[in-house]
Amino acid sequence: MREVTLALPMVPEMEIEASKTATAIAEFMRMSPDRIDEVRMAVVEACINALEHSRAEDKEVYVTFEVLGEKDPEKLRITVRDTGVGFSPEELADPTMEEKLKSLRKRGWGLKIIRGLMDEVEIRSNPTGTTVVMSKLR
Amino acid sequence: MTESLNVTVDRRDGLAVIYTEGYINNQGGEEIARVAYKLIDEGFKVLLLNLGGTKIVNSIGISILIEIIEKMIEISGRLGFCCLTPTIEKTFHIMGLAQYAPIFSDEASAVAQLRA
Repeated sequence: MREVTLALPMVPEMEIEASKTATAIAEFMRMSPDRIDEVRMAVVEACINALEHSRAEDKEVYVTFEVLGEKDPEKLRITVRDTGVGFSPEELADPTMEEKLKSLRKRGWGLKIIRGLMDEVEIRSNPTGTTVVMSKLR
Repeated sequence: MTESLNVTVDRRDGLAVIYTEGYINNQGGEEIARVAYKLIDEGFKVLLLNLGGTKIVNSIGISILIEIIEKMIEISGRLGFCCLTPTIEKTFHIMGLAQYAPIFSDEASAVAQLRA
């Protein structure tokens, strides 16, 4: 297993820096270009959620990339963690276009996109922070 | 570090094509919206967003595109997308956006079908 962790300051477009690391590691794993793109987009969404909503006092988002596999790289696991105020994932309504077109608030798609693009997604959140663990097979 | 978005427009008979190049985030989405609303004010009711030069979008940028779709529905206009990367296209399908704004693989077929 190989592992890299980034500590991203909460400044605009830090999600792009995380996506560049995701791309480099997924390329090292010889993931297909389309799957790399999906990972990249999911990383962008997870980082944006943390950067925008966490209200973490340390003003940082931690992104860990782990290459899993006994012999060859088989799976990329990405953990996006913040020490913010947390939220209740189960209370978030699943957004739909029909509802968003009628609503003033068009946002709130991040988790739906992450779940749609990654193979496995787990969200743990409490008042001391949020951790999103997402994986994609090579 | 900034990944800015360039937006250009090709006005044609009754249809305008908006080309994007770069990252569609909140600023990028707002720039597209500014251009789209200007075209609507000029009388264009059929818009095509050619995202061939965009390799990455985020959900904030897409939410602004949803505002444009809402506006097009309001004026009984038509908005389509073309030349998307497979991931952006997949994302639009995950969101259900393709039900309200058709996605075309290339610009020629998009123009032909949006004009039909």
